[in-house]
Amino acid sequence: MGSGLADSTADEVARRDDAVMLEQLQRAAFDYFPRSTNPRNGLVADRTGDGSPSSIAVVGFALSAYPVGVERGWIDREDAVQRTLQALRFFWHSDQTGRPDATGHRGFYFHFLDMTSGARTWHCELSIMDTALLIAGVLSSAAYFTRQTPLEIELRELADALYRRVDWCWAQGDGAAVAHGWKPEHGFLSYGWEGYSEALILYVLGLGSPTYPLSRASFEAWTLTYQWENLYGHDFLYAGPLFIHQLSHAWIDFRGLQDRFMREKRCDYFENSRRATLVQREYAIRNPLDFRGYARDCWGLSAGDGPRLPPLLVAGRQQTFFGYAARGAPYGPDDGTIAGSAALASLVFAPDIALPVVRALYARTASRVGQDVLASGFNATAGPSGVGNWISQGDFGFDQGLIVLMIESFRSGLLWDLSRKNPYFRTGLSRAGFTGGWLDE
Amino acid sequence: MSSSATTVQHPEASPSVGVGNAYDLELIANVRPPGWENPLPRNPYHLLVIGAGPAGLIAARTAAMLGARVALIERDRLGGDSLNYASVPTKTIIRTSRNYADMRNAVNFGVEPPAQIDLNFALAMDRVRRIRARISRSMAATRLTDLGVDLYFGAARFIGPDAVDVGGVCLRFAKAMVATGSQPKPVTIPGLTECGFIHAAEGFELTALPQSILVIGGGPGGCEGAQTFARLGARTIIAMTEPLFLPGEERDAAHMVSDALARDGVEIHLNTKAAEVRIQGDRKVVDLVNDGDVSTVTVDVILVGTGRVPVVDGLALDAAGIAYTDEAGIRVDDFLRTTNPRVYAAGDVCLDHKFTTTAYASGRLVVRNALFPRRKRMSSLTIPWCTYTDPEIAHVGLYVRQARERDIPVKTFTVPMHDVDRAILDGEDSGFVKIHVRDGTDKILGATIVARHAGEMINEISLAMVAGIGLQKLAQVVRAYPTQAEAIRMAAEHYNETRLTPLRRWLLRRWLHRSGRE
Repeated sequence: MGSGLADSTADEVARRDDAVMLEQLQRAAFDYFPRSTNPRNGLVADRTGDGSPSSIAVVGFALSAYPVGVERGWIDREDAVQRTLQALRFFWHSDQTGRPDATGHRGFYFHFLDMTSGARTWHCELSIMDTALLIAGVLSSAAYFTRQTPLEIELRELADALYRRVDWCWAQGDGAAVAHGWKPEHGFLSYGWEGYSEALILYVLGLGSPTYPLSRASFEAWTLTYQWENLYGHDFLYAGPLFIHQLSHAWIDFRGLQDRFMREKRCDYFENSRRATLVQREYAIRNPLDFRGYARDCWGLSAGDGPRLPPLLVAGRQQTFFGYAARGAPYGPDDGTIAGSAALASLVFAPDIALPVVRALYARTASRVGQDVLASGFNATAGPSGVGNWISQGDFGFDQGLIVLMIESFRSGLLWDLSRKNPYFRTGLSRAGFTGGWLDE
Repeated sequence: MSSSATTVQHPEASPSVGVGNAYDLELIANVRPPGWENPLPRNPYHLLVIGAGPAGLIAARTAAMLGARVALIERDRLGGDSLNYASVPTKTIIRTSRNYADMRNAVNFGVEPPAQIDLNFALAMDRVRRIRARISRSMAATRLTDLGVDLYFGAARFIGPDAVDVGGVCLRFAKAMVATGSQPKPVTIPGLTECGFIHAAEGFELTALPQSILVIGGGPGGCEGAQTFARLGARTIIAMTEPLFLPGEERDAAHMVSDALARDGVEIHLNTKAAEVRIQGDRKVVDLVNDGDVSTVTVDVILVGTGRVPVVDGLALDAAGIAYTDEAGIRVDDFLRTTNPRVYAAGDVCLDHKFTTTAYASGRLVVRNALFPRRKRMSSLTIPWCTYTDPEIAHVGLYVRQARERDIPVKTFTVPMHDVDRAILDGEDSGFVKIHVRDGTDKILGATIVARHAGEMINEISLAMVAGIGLQKLAQVVRAYPTQAEAIRMAAEHYNETRLTPLRRWLLRRWLHRSGRE
């Protein structure tokens, strides 16, 4: 009897500790956005450091994070509305001619924009996927800021206009699947979004459009190359990098929702992400490339920063390092770099195995709170004689945004509630063939 | 010292190399005997075969052994491209390049390689000629005549629906099979012909290893060639117009091979077109265009492997009412019959899959369909194929995409080679076995294997598919330990694990509980 009481007290303490830890981590990640925003146009830097352009995806994360900040008392509502409006006004009035130095075309935007002028930088592509992430943020803010004040009314009207302006149908190009991007110099890139990837939310938003929707055939084309695999004893829709299994879930609650494919497999995308998380742990336990630090409670191959070092002899082979890359299990690329955010962003799917990772990384001695767990990447192999403690310097807006949103999904599901209220998400999911879950409510 | 410190030297040809000519003399004596006199026709032939490559040879032999009167006509050499220019020579030189790669990697196995590993290119090419001559013994002209085949050398031309002309002699037939194979697709890159290039199958004709080589075309042959030259020590660049590496293969498989090529030093340019070639000094300068961006490479040799087209010229197919196009070749139905009901086709001249294996299987099928009453469909055959990179990619049956296009629910049992003991201890654990089944059953639809010896391993899956053996049965096959093919058992056992539904588990536990009490 007595020990049972002690246990429950210990559980209680652990829960309180976890709550404190997650609050700290989420707040630290959130702070990236206010401090990396150009207040004149609402654009947000892709990463810390001088000269970083803005990434439109990171703006989308910022717009999604502000409601979280308001709810948690980290930012005033008025401030959040102002920041959001600045961004929406900028995009609405931006140069949409599609010229090489424009901001966008047909409602889409170039991936990287100059922080000051908002013009395209780096010869980058008009990014369909990153526009989708921006739009996800735009629609989330509209669903949250629902007061009848002049500013919030303007915010909602701009958000709706920005979404309606996106010509998703055009992005299908000649094929059924959506192209990765387009360049003013020579048209659509040769790659399309086919096979399971982070583009799930892109298809949902594209299909939900009241103005220029994707054809239903686009979703069929995208699922045609799905691979349902039994790997390490788990049946799942395969994709290597963990962020693929996380990104769309930052906005959409996929619990119980099934499209044709998931109905056939008696699964859903949320459960699938749980299994993908288990596969990642299995891979780390096997650690086939003999990297330092991989363990039951230290795993997570995903998109993120990594060492840029000359090749090193590791376990009898010349190991090269990949810098910023989308790492994945079980076929790599894997250079011993773990994405700090990977387990954190999987909390909502598999807290039983993800929390121990977060706790262990959080407990490491570091110069600032949660350094390892908030790092874009860390690598215990990259160093002289295969022993190192390389850690990514600075912050990437993509990682920080994913952390804020996925912790919020775990804590309250705020962003999920916002997308449920938005008819476009519902329409997009229905047109993709989804039924069940909250769609049936 | 580390393996990277070893260097590869390219000495001049050694004196012993002159015997290569003797090997070529033996080859020619076998596959194109000098002074050959064509036989007197024994018209009409039960089966007349045009082209003595893998398809033609097997058809002629099989039909003759079954007692048919057979004529076989060859324009060039017996054995076709497979023996003379493609499969045999290229796979032989691949084996040599593998040795070099292994030697450089030896220190990782606890073997200190010498400070300098010398490449003797001329000796390696000599070995190719020796092996080619040796393999040609089994398909020598005299072996065919011993079997009773009437062997004609010369160009065949149809002169009617049931007759061909060979060097002014008319041969009549009841049934015929066209198996003239394929040839490299003509290339249209400005300046390429003027600057000089070699086709993928001519790589082994080089007399010295070039310092640098550009491979144009990312098909299986191009990838094999690129890895081979890189391993032998040439700076190797591969440029392909396709946006995806090996677009026909499953993505994981293609990625794995792409990574392997990159590790061997191959510079891979996807989505890239060779726009123009010009000469600078004695080297070739090539403009490569990727999504509008132009880059320039300078190389010593350009090797072109942009695919093959059927050989249909000079056959006067129209005279026999045989429909064809220059690109797709002879039109055949699923029984390999052409638009002339007496005439069949086999191999590269009519099939999309231009592999020796496919040619061989289709040649055998034609004998059955042309001469005997119980016909069989080409689509009913289970034919594996393999790309001989390191690791190899081997495939049989349906791809996941094909199954999904046909609305077949498909599930894949995957075993990474890093879970297979023998692969780990051999240092060959890059790869996987993926077996695709109809979801909810153990019926095998197809498989893709990436492994150092994937070509050997795929045969077990082919056997299972032909014999109708499912994963449940495959799981019962006890294999020698440790072997890499255990990956197949492991995949099959994973299938069995998925059969343990909650209800079955409950019943099992109940039964064990009861029997434990007794």
